[in-house]
Order: sequence, then structure tokens, then C-alpha cells
Amino acid sequence: MIYFDNSATTKPYKEVLDSFVTVSSEYFGNPSSLHSLGGQAEKLLSQAREQVAGLLKVKANEIYFTSGGTESNNIAIKGAALLNRHKGRHLITTSVEHASVRAAMEQLEQEGFEITRLPVDEYGRITVEDLEKSIRKETILISIMQVNNEVGTIQPIEEIGSILKKYPSILFHVDAVQSVGKVPLSLYKNNVDLCSLSGHKFHGLKGTGVLFIREGARLTPLFSGGNQERRMRSGTENVAGFVAMAKALRMTMMKSDAGIAGLAEIQHLLRKSLTKIEDIQIHTPVQHAAPHILNFSLKGIKSEVFIHALEQNGIFVSTTSACSSKKKSPSNTLLAMGVPESLAESAIRISLSFDNTEAEALKVLSVIEKTVNQLRKVMK
Amino acid sequence: MNYDRILIRYGEISTKGRNRNKFIDKLKKSVRIALAPFPKVKIEASRDRMYVLLNGENGLEIIGKLKNIFGIQSYSPAIKVEKDVEALKQASYELVNSQFKEGQTFKITAKRSDKTFELNTDGINQTIGAHLLKNIPGMKVDVRNPDINLRVEVRPDAIYLSSETIQGAGGLPIGSSGKAMLMLSGGIDSPVAGYLSMKRGVEIEAVHFFSPPFTSERSKEKVIDLSKKLAGIFGSLTLHIVHFTDIQQAIREQVPENYSMTSTRRMMLRITDEIRKKQEGLAIITGESLGQVASQTLESMYAINEVTNTPILRPLISMDKTDIIKIAEEIDTLDISIRPFEDCCTIFVPSSPKTKPKREKVNQYESYFDFEPLIQEAVQEVETIIIKPDSEHRSEFNELF
Repeated sequence: MIYFDNSATTKPYKEVLDSFVTVSSEYFGNPSSLHSLGGQAEKLLSQAREQVAGLLKVKANEIYFTSGGTESNNIAIKGAALLNRHKGRHLITTSVEHASVRAAMEQLEQEGFEITRLPVDEYGRITVEDLEKSIRKETILISIMQVNNEVGTIQPIEEIGSILKKYPSILFHVDAVQSVGKVPLSLYKNNVDLCSLSGHKFHGLKGTGVLFIREGARLTPLFSGGNQERRMRSGTENVAGFVAMAKALRMTMMKSDAGIAGLAEIQHLLRKSLTKIEDIQIHTPVQHAAPHILNFSLKGIKSEVFIHALEQNGIFVSTTSACSSKKKSPSNTLLAMGVPESLAESAIRISLSFDNTEAEALKVLSVIEKTVNQLRKVMK
Repeated sequence: MNYDRILIRYGEISTKGRNRNKFIDKLKKSVRIALAPFPKVKIEASRDRMYVLLNGENGLEIIGKLKNIFGIQSYSPAIKVEKDVEALKQASYELVNSQFKEGQTFKITAKRSDKTFELNTDGINQTIGAHLLKNIPGMKVDVRNPDINLRVEVRPDAIYLSSETIQGAGGLPIGSSGKAMLMLSGGIDSPVAGYLSMKRGVEIEAVHFFSPPFTSERSKEKVIDLSKKLAGIFGSLTLHIVHFTDIQQAIREQVPENYSMTSTRRMMLRITDEIRKKQEGLAIITGESLGQVASQTLESMYAINEVTNTPILRPLISMDKTDIIKIAEEIDTLDISIRPFEDCCTIFVPSSPKTKPKREKVNQYESYFDFEPLIQEAVQEVETIIIKPDSEHRSEFNELF
């Protein structure tokens, strides 16, 4: 099996699963309980928080544990909008965000907020000029992903961060779900107020996530209940999941430097060879792109057909983002980049992890070549 | 531009006459402890300056660490340049050019403690100023309010260039004012009192009163976590945990309820004083703030303080609660202090404690029972732990992370 769908989810590291099992079976107490089992669970929780904070180079009291990227994005966006609705009702985002940001924005729009969705160029990138032009007196939040989940484009987070120095009252949310470990992000330096991460995208478990909330930034919580996570996220804490996520993040960060170089090499190899195949068009830009995603279309062949053909050879890739691939609608990001609908319907996304190898890439390439030739015979 | 050293300016040490060497040694120790995670760093101390030689270690992180060290007035990342005008010109250009942004202004502040250098301060100002103006287009001079202030210090061994002065924590190096015992309850005030004393150079050891089952393991953990924060300032903290249950029960049996709090505090003070003697401390520090609760009225202090003539330092005595909370937030102890567990101060609080206890009365009540053996026993059985800051602490759970 060759797993090239790491932007959909990653395989949990064995060490991560071991921690999860140990904590779940031996330290199962509720951190809010007064007895020593509760005390152990609370200690584990705070050690997990400190470790995540240390790895992200922020303070422990700025880390809030959630159930994943979708929840972090929802708390960040709706929580900021609800708390600041009296200051203004204008939010800025892009036209290529993940569904959890896009849909949260749509919901707020129905509630009477105004949303500006910045367009992207042919490379999937917004311009900071567009962003600055769209800022108004009533703007309360800017939400922008660091790395696009479908094509891998990196947005100009640094430039946006430095512009926002002039607008201290606007909250800056960065969806970093796709970038953890693969594209560095300095939260303090770039004036990021809110940042979402998801455990299962870096070899942790599903159902675990992080929301960074800069000290001093305030949000309205979305859940009511026992006021866990410093009142921001009620609900008994998933201690085992968060310990496992802290470990996964450490392991990912440790592999990061060497890993990024390896990803870039494999990506380069894939790009070079795929470019040579007739009828393949690559959508992932050469510049400002993450090293682990490569999105391309095979003209005239529906993505689904291509994916199943690869699967027969034990190769797993995606159409677009996993969340929208079941809807069978073409990729939002590609359409926003101006890719014609017919071509967008043929899009395939390869996404790598640090564990993928060049040998795997070569195998995939040869299967793709074979598959292209076979399919061409059928389709033409 | 890469800095290769950080220049540290001493605070009040400079005025300490003959004790100066001792102060510098203590400061050097503080710096060494704070920079322990950076093994390649070298620290050089002279009479009026200290240099941290980076040797390739992460300058930004080290700058962050220095911020919390007491006894440092200010510090500047700096470059060492040989005493040669051309070398000085080149290094000045590189340093300023690396910071310069369109439209910014600069000035040069030259100091020459080595009078043999060929240029005097005016000469340095003019030569370097002209060199920068010629080579960095768009830059202007502003001697009143410059964006970049290039400091040039000509010293006997070399010239030091720096362009940024960072405010230090002030105060005196820890240990330079001797040792004292901090009564650490787990509340908001006592860690702040400890911190402020450390800032004035006091080396502290903490004393905590533990009364199982009336106070839980988790309240003890809370105190250990607070101690870890204080340990972070000086590398470690000695924590004495006193088992206090027997004494507390004896007080309940012997002393009327409305005087039990006064008597409890007197016993705690007696025990702390005994530990202080053993540890060769010179004072006792408490987090008392005048009028905050019943035990902190002047009358109470008068009745409680009777048991010892050891100096009792109360750094918070005239501070408002809101100001204390602000410091607790800054030193990162507030979140720990507000964890909701009973501690030795909250349990056994009588419903209406005396706010104006009398010495005669409390002495009379205590006279019916000999507390001394219990006190000696508590001192004998004190549990002493050396607390390391969190980062170094090997937790029982580490393999899970």
C-alpha cells in the first residue's frame, strides 16, 4: 500500500497510539475530580498543554484543546464575531478556505454579518493589496488559511501580519491545519491572534485539535457547560487524545527540518515526471507552495475514475479535499483560481507525509503512466 | 547582522562599593543558571560590564531569558570590533543597514574609555556618521529622537557596537541580600511576596503547611507547581513541607474558636522560625497585606508576631489586591493560585475570627497546653524537597510525551 492522501488524514504514529492507550487505561480520571486520579489527569493535561505551547513557541495559557480543526475554526470565527458584533459586523476571508471556515462565514452572513471573500490569482494566492483595500472601520476579524488544503498554495501570512500592526483591533485568525510541521509559522512575529490546528493531520488522533488564542484576545464560547478549558470549551477533556497529540506534535516538529527537505525532493520528482505526461496539467504553483501537496488534472478523465484505477494498484490519493469529495462537486479552490470546470472535475491531489519515500513516488509515477495509457484507450 | 555577544549593564550593583565583587559573582551565577540550556555560551564579567558570548547559540532566546534576571539594569546585543577605524566603519554600516527601513533617522552615541584610540568621541561621531550617510541612501540624522541609536563604546580591549538597549528587570542579584524563609500557602499573595523579595536579592526557601486529610494532595501539588515557577527564577527552590494536622487538632481542642486562627498563625510562625534557624536564614517573608483578612489587621499582626523577634518581611503590606494580582499574572502564578482546593489558610477558618485579638488572651489560652513537643516533632519530620523549574523537572509521565 502506498498512502499519498496525508492531507485528508495521517496514520497515527505507533508511539502516539501507545500513549493514548496508556493514558486511557491507567489515568482515566476526570481532570475536574478532586481525588488523586483526577489530579493525575489534570497533570497530564497541563503537561500536554505546556508541551504544545513550547513547540509552538507561545505560552501555555494561550493553548486551548478542542475536538479538531473544524471546531477550532468555528470557535475562532463565530466566537470572535459574537463577542465583537457591537464593534462592527464585517469579516474578511478568502474564496479558497476550508469548508469549516467557509460555512461558518455563511452562517454568520445569514445572521447579518457582512463577509468579504478575497479573490485569488491563478496560483491560488490572494494579494495583500486586495486585503488592505477591503479593510473597513467595521472590520473585526480576518480569517485566512496558511496552506490551502487542495492545491497547497501558501498565503502571504507574514505580509498580512505586518499590515495588521496598523489595525490592532482586528483579530487575525490563521487556519494552519494543513501546514503544521511542513510550513513554519511564527505566531507572535506575524501578529496572529487565533490559530487552528488538527491532531490527525500530524499523526495524532482524530477528535483532537488546538486553538491558539493570544493572551488578551477574547472570544464568546460556543458550548455551555462545565467551563473547562478556561471557560472557552466546556466538555470533559479528552486527556488521552491531547497527550497523544502533544507527542505527535513533538515527533512531527523533530522530523520537520529534514522532513521538509525530503518532501520537497519527492514533490519535485513527481512534478518533473508528471509534467512530461501529455494531457496532465499541474495546478499546484511552483512558488509559494507547501512541499507536501501536488494537485493535477488528467484532461478528459473524471477524478473518480482515476482514483479507483490507482486504488487497484494499492495507491491511495484524493480528488480534492476529503470533506468535499463525496459531494462530487468540483474543487472550489480550482474554480476560484480560474481553472475551467471541465478540468477541475479531473483534479487529483497527492499529499505526502515525512514517511513517504522516493521509491514510493517512482512506483506511483509508473502506475500513473500505465493508467493514463489504459484510460486513454478507453476514453478516446 | 549577527550579534556575537550581549553586553549587560549592572543595576544598583554599581553603587555597592566594597561588596561589588560579591554582587557581580551572584549576578554571574544568576546568568549562568538562566542560560544553562545554552551550553556553548560563555560569560565574562568585569568591574562594570558583563558579556555573554553567544558562540553560535540562539541570541533571540537568550535575550528573552535575560529579561527576568534581577540585578540587570539593561542589556544590548553587541558586536565586538577590533580597534581600527576602517573595521569600525564597516561594522557600523552592516549593523545599521540591517535595521534601517525607509525614512528612518539615526544618531551615534560614542563613549571612549580608552583614550589612546586615534579618534575622540566627536571624531567617531563625525567619521562614522559621514560613512553611514554616504552609504545608506535616504537615512537622516536626528539627535533628539532617532529611530536607531548606534552606540559605539571604545574600551581597552576592543570596540563594542550596539544599537538596541533592552530594559532589564532591575533589582539586586539573588543571594546578594542573604537568605529568608517564605511562608507559601498556595494563595495569590505569597508567591508574589517571594518574587518581590527575590528581586531585592533575597535567596528564599519556602515553607508550606500541610494538613491531611483536611487539605488534599492536590493542594500540595498546587504549592509544588507554584514553587516550580519561583524556581524558574533562580534554577531551583527548596520547599519545606510541614505536617501540621496534629497541631491544628490540638489548637481546636485547646483554644476557643474565635482565637483559633490567631493561635494557628502563631504556631506556624514558631515552626517557620525553627526551620529558619536550621537553614541559617535571616528573616521570614509573608504575603500579608494590611487589612486584607482578619489575620492581617495590625492587632492580629501584633498578637501573632509576639512569638519571634526574627525580622518578618511583608513586601505586600501596603499593596492593593488588584496590584498584587497584576504581578501574579506577570510572574505566571495566578492561574495556579486560583485552583479551587482548600489550603491551610482556608480550612478551619472560624465563622467569626477575632479581628482584634489580644496578646494576653491568646497567651492565656495557649498556656493550658504544651505545644512545644508538637512543634519540635513537626520540625523534625519536615519534608524537604528541592524543586526544579518545570522544564528540567523529570515528570513521572515523561515517556507518555
